[in-house]
Amino acid sequence: MANLTINGKTINVDVEDDTPLLWAIRENVGLTGTKYGCGIALCGACTVHVDGVAMRSCGMTVSEAVGKQITTIEGLASNGALHKVQQAWVANDVPQCGYCQSGMIMAVAALLKEKPKPTDEDINEAITNICRCGTFQQVREAIHAAASA
Amino acid sequence: MNQHVMPKLNRRAFVIGTAAAGAGLAIGLDIPFGGPTVVRAADGSPEVNVWVVIRPDNTTVIRIARSEMGQGTLTGLAQLVAEELECDWSKVITEYPTPGQSVARKRAWGDFSTGGSRGIRSSQEYVRKGGATARVMLIQAAANDWKVPASECTATNSVITHTPSGKTTTYGKVVEAAAKLEPPADVKLKDPKDWKIAGKGLKRLDTVDKTTGAMIYGADVKLPGMLNAAIKDCPVFGGKLKSFDEAKITGMKGVKKVVKVGDSAVAVVADTWWHAKTALDALPIVWDEGENAKVSSESIAKWLAEGLDNSQPAYIGNQNGDAKATIASAAKKVEAVYNYPYQNHVTMEPMNATALYTPDKCEVWCGTQNGEAAFAATMEAAGLPAEKCEVHKLILGGGFGRRGMTDYVRQAVLIAKQMPGTPVKLLWSREEDMAQGKFHPVTQCKLTGAFDADNNLTALHVRLSGQSILYTVRPAALVNGMDTAAFQGLSPSGDAAIGYSVPNLLVEHSMRNPHVPPGFWRGVNVNQNAIYMECFMDELAHSVGQDPVEFRRKLMSKHPKHLAVLNAVAEKIGWGKPAPQGVYRGIAQVMGYGSYVAGAAEISVTEGSKIKVHRIVASTDPGYIVNPAQVERQIAGSFVYGLSALFYGGCTVKDGKMEQTNFDTYNSMRIAEMPKVECVMVPSGGFWGGVGEPTIGVAAPAVLNAYFAATGKRIRSVPLKDQNITFA
Repeated sequence: MANLTINGKTINVDVEDDTPLLWAIRENVGLTGTKYGCGIALCGACTVHVDGVAMRSCGMTVSEAVGKQITTIEGLASNGALHKVQQAWVANDVPQCGYCQSGMIMAVAALLKEKPKPTDEDINEAITNICRCGTFQQVREAIHAAASA
Repeated sequence: MNQHVMPKLNRRAFVIGTAAAGAGLAIGLDIPFGGPTVVRAADGSPEVNVWVVIRPDNTTVIRIARSEMGQGTLTGLAQLVAEELECDWSKVITEYPTPGQSVARKRAWGDFSTGGSRGIRSSQEYVRKGGATARVMLIQAAANDWKVPASECTATNSVITHTPSGKTTTYGKVVEAAAKLEPPADVKLKDPKDWKIAGKGLKRLDTVDKTTGAMIYGADVKLPGMLNAAIKDCPVFGGKLKSFDEAKITGMKGVKKVVKVGDSAVAVVADTWWHAKTALDALPIVWDEGENAKVSSESIAKWLAEGLDNSQPAYIGNQNGDAKATIASAAKKVEAVYNYPYQNHVTMEPMNATALYTPDKCEVWCGTQNGEAAFAATMEAAGLPAEKCEVHKLILGGGFGRRGMTDYVRQAVLIAKQMPGTPVKLLWSREEDMAQGKFHPVTQCKLTGAFDADNNLTALHVRLSGQSILYTVRPAALVNGMDTAAFQGLSPSGDAAIGYSVPNLLVEHSMRNPHVPPGFWRGVNVNQNAIYMECFMDELAHSVGQDPVEFRRKLMSKHPKHLAVLNAVAEKIGWGKPAPQGVYRGIAQVMGYGSYVAGAAEISVTEGSKIKVHRIVASTDPGYIVNPAQVERQIAGSFVYGLSALFYGGCTVKDGKMEQTNFDTYNSMRIAEMPKVECVMVPSGGFWGGVGEPTIGVAAPAVLNAYFAATGKRIRSVPLKDQNITFA
């Protein structure tokens, strides 16, 4: 049993302490926007914010997440308005299959908080999510668009 | 706001879905006195025809039979229907008819299969006719109401106008009457030059939910009382499950059941997938690996190399003149041997399907590239007739050919069948996904070119040796044993025709089928055939001191469409003009899936082995372009997929199994490694080519040829990681 704070709500989840945060979010809390892609913290499809920092939730246990503020893709919009990264994604028609995009968007939102006007080099360094459809060109354009929004 | 209508997977929808009799049709029949039958959508709105449902508020529901996996076909097909229908695009939504509905209505929506870059090119005519037919009926209904000739009425933006009087009405107001009319026997389709909705780079219809986490993929399906399954199939292909020690895991948290799946797999069913996977990892399993356990990449390579010898039997795919004799007596000849490895699709969403079985009904929820094939697999695994089965298609988290296969659907049904009444979601781990792929086939190729004394190419012999996809996947498609698809890009004619005329040409295939199951992998055989041909063209040109583009042009005079895209790329990349300091260029062209494509790359190489790709230019002539923004995205995406395979890919066999297990051993390109792709679209009209796949063919050879230009070293083996070549 663990108390997790997800998208501003405290939720009691009945899982073992070593359960990856990803699976607690998806299966116990029922928020399926956070995706499973590799389970070894490489692809980034499961990226969430933990105390504002982009983290790969498959590589973090529930016990490590207790007491921290967790934000998932479902909690990124506020007061009914999409986050500026989501807006830029819509305006630039970024997703193809879309499966990796929750993680991509969460990674970008965290980057913009740290570096509001990232250079291409900043993007190259910070955004290491895998996209098999190959949306990188639109991702880069949308990051710059969101930064200047 | 446009949105794609997804099946609602809450309890209410679930109850309705399973309570609906027959094929689970959310469609009712309304038979008025004496008139024709009106078919109604779930909300009561009438169908004008199978493609078009119009609601009273003018919302236009366009039915899409093909599957959306990121390639944008959902939007493109809707554009084609809407173009002819003359409806208000801002009020268009789409929905998938189900395979069960299709069966019940005598395949009213035609083929569901979404592969081979066929989504639009093989259905454009009948979906456009669907839109045009509906428009004619809607106008006729308004004309009848007004008691005027239909020829005096026009429609645009879902509004019908009687031109002489200026009277107007809307589709939503006349749809009830229109749905009762006989459809016209024939309709005239618009000339694409008059398109207003098609041909434009309109925004995709499925984007918003993909940015909020709301889009439901197969892996996200939730049903009341649902359990979760993790599976392991025998890692040696063709092997069997001998035994497993269930007692070791029955006490583990959440575990409900351990089941045998077919004769080669075992699954753990638990309350959550994490519990199922954890227990499966702890389950002692004994496999009967069989003879295939002796196979390795080395033994496969040796067997394929033997097939390069002319003494071995081979199928002839393209031939003119006498290449062998010309080569034997040539003044000068050039020979090279290339190879291309197995590749895994690695869709971001691992394979999964959810099944609910009772003796009276079997329903499946999954992402599939072929709803009808998934339906057939459901029927077969369930042992139930068509009217007792249904497949609910979900948006795919990547397809690339992998989800045209139905192995995961069959497994899900076989598991659910052992737990009647309980929905079970089967999700593969990434490791299972890597182990149980349907792999891009392995091949080798020996190429020999002959020159006369004036350095004219007089003969070309392309001898392929390796695996056929059709032999395993679609044996009925073999022609007297020959896999014609093995010659993609090298065929004498058709939608994957060679772009060169050589006086003496021989292209042949020594078919050798290892035990590894092959599948259609984005671009399929164009991938390796374009590397073989286009890198060898580069070799031939250099061997006689000629410019690679000029050398090609001399062989392409009878192939103007191939030549046009090559020229377009050469011009855009600046071929013939100096490149920036330290930057080198490579170029390639091929035809596949009915489209002519070319690509060029600018790269720099440091320390002889670190490649930075600075620029990519790609051109395509697919005949017509339905959505240029999506075509651009498909082209750029195909380069990411193709270059990932070139640099990082390659699946190897040891002890009969695949060695790669996850992205740590089968890496994929990141944003830092990928430059912008500059697209030059040159649609010449008069034919319909595909878009999702063709350009992948030129990605690797363009970079490999640039690598030669930069280093003087010829790379004839993929992946580059095996030669310690990587991204800078």
